[in-house]
Amino acid sequence: MAEQASIDTSAQAEEGVRRRDFINIAAVSFAGVGGAAVLVPLVSQMAPSADVLAQSSTEIDISAIQPGQAIKAVFRKQPVFIRNLTPEEIAAAEKVDVSSLRDPQSLEERTKEGKTNWLITMGVCTHLGCVPLGAGEGEVKGEFGGYFCPCHGSSYDTAARIRKGPAPKNLEVPEYAFTSDTVVKIG
Amino acid sequence: MSFPWANEYKPANGLTQWLDEKLPLPRFVYNAVGAGYPVPRNLNYMWNFGVLAGFCLVLQIVTGVILAMHYAANAGVAFDSVEHIMRDVNWGWMLRYAHANGASAFFVVVYLHIFRGFFYSSYKAPREMIWLLGVVIFLLMMATAFMGYVLPWGQMSFWGAKVITGLFGAIPVVGEPLQVWLLGGYAPDNAALNRFFSLHFLLPFVIAGVIILHIWALHIPGSSNPTGVEVKSESDTVPFHPYYTAKDGFGLGVFLLIYCAVLFFAPNMLGHPDNYIPANPLSTPAHIVPEWYFWPFYAILRAFTADFFFIPAKLMGVLAMFSAILVWFFLPWLDTSPVRSGHYRPLFRKFFWILLIDVAVLGYCGGAPAAEPYVMISQIASMYYFLHFLVILPLVSSIEKPEPLPFSITEAVLGKDESAVLNANPAAA
Amino acid sequence: MVRLFGPLVGLFFAVALLWSFGNGAYVAITEPAAPTAEHEFHLHPKEVHFASDGAFGKFDKAQLQRGFQVYKEVCSTCHSLKHVAFRDLAALGYSEAEVKAIAKEWGTKQPTFDPKSGERGERDNIPSDYFPTVYYAGQGNPPDLSLITKARHDGGAYVHSLLTGYQEQPAELLKKFPDAKTPDGLYYNPYFANLNLAMPAPLTGDGQVTYSDGTKATVDQMATDVSAFLIWTAEPKLDKRKQTGWAVLGFLLVATVLAYLAKKNVWADKKGE
Repeated sequence: MAEQASIDTSAQAEEGVRRRDFINIAAVSFAGVGGAAVLVPLVSQMAPSADVLAQSSTEIDISAIQPGQAIKAVFRKQPVFIRNLTPEEIAAAEKVDVSSLRDPQSLEERTKEGKTNWLITMGVCTHLGCVPLGAGEGEVKGEFGGYFCPCHGSSYDTAARIRKGPAPKNLEVPEYAFTSDTVVKIG
Repeated sequence: MSFPWANEYKPANGLTQWLDEKLPLPRFVYNAVGAGYPVPRNLNYMWNFGVLAGFCLVLQIVTGVILAMHYAANAGVAFDSVEHIMRDVNWGWMLRYAHANGASAFFVVVYLHIFRGFFYSSYKAPREMIWLLGVVIFLLMMATAFMGYVLPWGQMSFWGAKVITGLFGAIPVVGEPLQVWLLGGYAPDNAALNRFFSLHFLLPFVIAGVIILHIWALHIPGSSNPTGVEVKSESDTVPFHPYYTAKDGFGLGVFLLIYCAVLFFAPNMLGHPDNYIPANPLSTPAHIVPEWYFWPFYAILRAFTADFFFIPAKLMGVLAMFSAILVWFFLPWLDTSPVRSGHYRPLFRKFFWILLIDVAVLGYCGGAPAAEPYVMISQIASMYYFLHFLVILPLVSSIEKPEPLPFSITEAVLGKDESAVLNANPAAA
Repeated sequence: MVRLFGPLVGLFFAVALLWSFGNGAYVAITEPAAPTAEHEFHLHPKEVHFASDGAFGKFDKAQLQRGFQVYKEVCSTCHSLKHVAFRDLAALGYSEAEVKAIAKEWGTKQPTFDPKSGERGERDNIPSDYFPTVYYAGQGNPPDLSLITKARHDGGAYVHSLLTGYQEQPAELLKKFPDAKTPDGLYYNPYFANLNLAMPAPLTGDGQVTYSDGTKATVDQMATDVSAFLIWTAEPKLDKRKQTGWAVLGFLLVATVLAYLAKKNVWADKKGE
């Protein structure tokens, strides 16, 4: 074999070598592509499974919530506060100069049109994720009458906007829609 | 080890030079499975299964670690959590089928690897330690596979756990307390399931450790080869890389084709339907069988149906089943023929094929119901199994007249060099 | 040492096996195993073809919907389907609104428990719920059907055969095994492992359900449809599995051919490969 190769003209030999190299490179690349493709299921198995995704929206009956009351519901395994604001609370929220706020937003922007009394926010403090007080019966509402986070003392007002303490943002308003006057679909 | 002509690792650039001085890992790999490991040039495809077995272990560890992210080892929810994996987890069905069939693939490959060792007497000096470590790996695999099969907590899982732990109950005096201790209760339940899960997770890493020793021991004498003649000169060997990496790559492709065909088109072929019924401690399946890879040993266990003098049948069965594997440990000293390869041992070769058929028959009987004629057939087959290793092999090695061996590996591959002066076996060319 | 004790151990096991063999042979001759009715009259499932069979088979969604209808109207009063969620029905071709309606109108309600008051109640099902467990107080234990076609040999054909296999106990059986008469409250079916089961024939006559797609609801048709549905409940990812399988095999085939050529290249200068 070795002797034969030396008799070949150099051009032929070179071409043979190039063809061989091509096949070897192709085989190794194929193995690489296959290995990379296998990573797809190995990575995506950690993403939320079908049963978790199926619970990514929640319907809640709000007919029993009287003005001045609030409930804690569960949305995507996290608390969501649904609060029926009293006219006084609405007035208190509207009185505030929006531009003076750390996260400037008006109550109108944080509620649905014609449903200004329904304040629906996540019950997750924007500082480090604790659950603020104020939605439960008899809980401390903080000096601005909204919510108060006991972890590091963030205070939210009646529109759940951050007013004092370390939290950088207002309580997040999740995506929601009223499917009827008494049912709200979150997510 | 290395033969004097082994290629030496040369760092290609400054970075690898630096690494080679601080932590010579590239050099280690180069000498272990790279161009620095000279391997006999005449290895046939039966020598592919070691690398494939290593691949299977990696496959099982990767899929297993992922399944453990979704599985719940609690008797109340284990079965449901497996169904959750099958239905809701992204690609969960594929990962679970890959793991379940991966166990079978691992055993197929390892059985071929072992029978390669039987035929070519790979266990003989100077490779006894490789063989002994291999048997240890096989025992660990069996323990791991058994505990893994319990985890889905189906009917076969439960009753398999009960029957196999029940074997320990056959040991005189300490048997029953031992069984209760193993299970952490009087029957398999949460305690047993949890410890089986813990050990099923741990043992594969122990196996990986023993495999490192297995390969370490292999590198001292170097690989065996189909002629059984030791390497004599550089022309007898080729570097592992690229020659055997290329060959193993092709072998891996063929293996994956077969494995994936089963995984995607007949994933439950090797399983038992009863394991899709949740464990029920009050109702035994009509026909309890372990997974196929245990069938030959299960047949030996069940072959002992009558008390033998003062030894109860059950204890005899347990002793025989464990002895059936333990006897492999003594193989290097039972087979004393100086010739390794079955190619040059006419009598040994015949008995090898009988053994292969015998184990297949045992396997068939082990999967069949415990009724006649299967019990009687497995009694005969078990008898042959023990006689083969303990009586026939020693006898054959003393009376057999081996066929002439080639002078060297190179001669076996390229044909005899007529001009050579040295010729141990002047046979007709 | 090994050469001395090895053969002794080998002979020990061989003699013990011979002893067991002799005992077994003696028993087999003196007390041959009596034939049983199960052994002689049990039948393997019929040959039934399903759209999902074979390497190229795919689910027939219209058939699955019909099968679901049979399950809903006939089977679901006794048999649970606890591993399947209402949302899974979308795979049968139902729209989101249809799935929601099916869940809401499902006869068995979702049990609720208020951990504060300890009150138990029930509510309508929603798509993310699993089919609620059905409790059955009568004779027999109706198995959960989610996995039934994977929990029996040749599952789809088995379900079909069982549903259509009810018959009078053959006179020949009674003549040969007078003790094997079907007990009161059980029903004879040669496709059931021990020939007698507690479930009366559930599909009693043609037209028991009315298919909205106009398919004629014969007993055989209903049995095939519900078996197909139960193949789906046991292996909902079957279509995706086979589809992925073909892609993987195709890729591997090319990769293996390339690997073979590469191996030939590498070995080209070494004879005797």
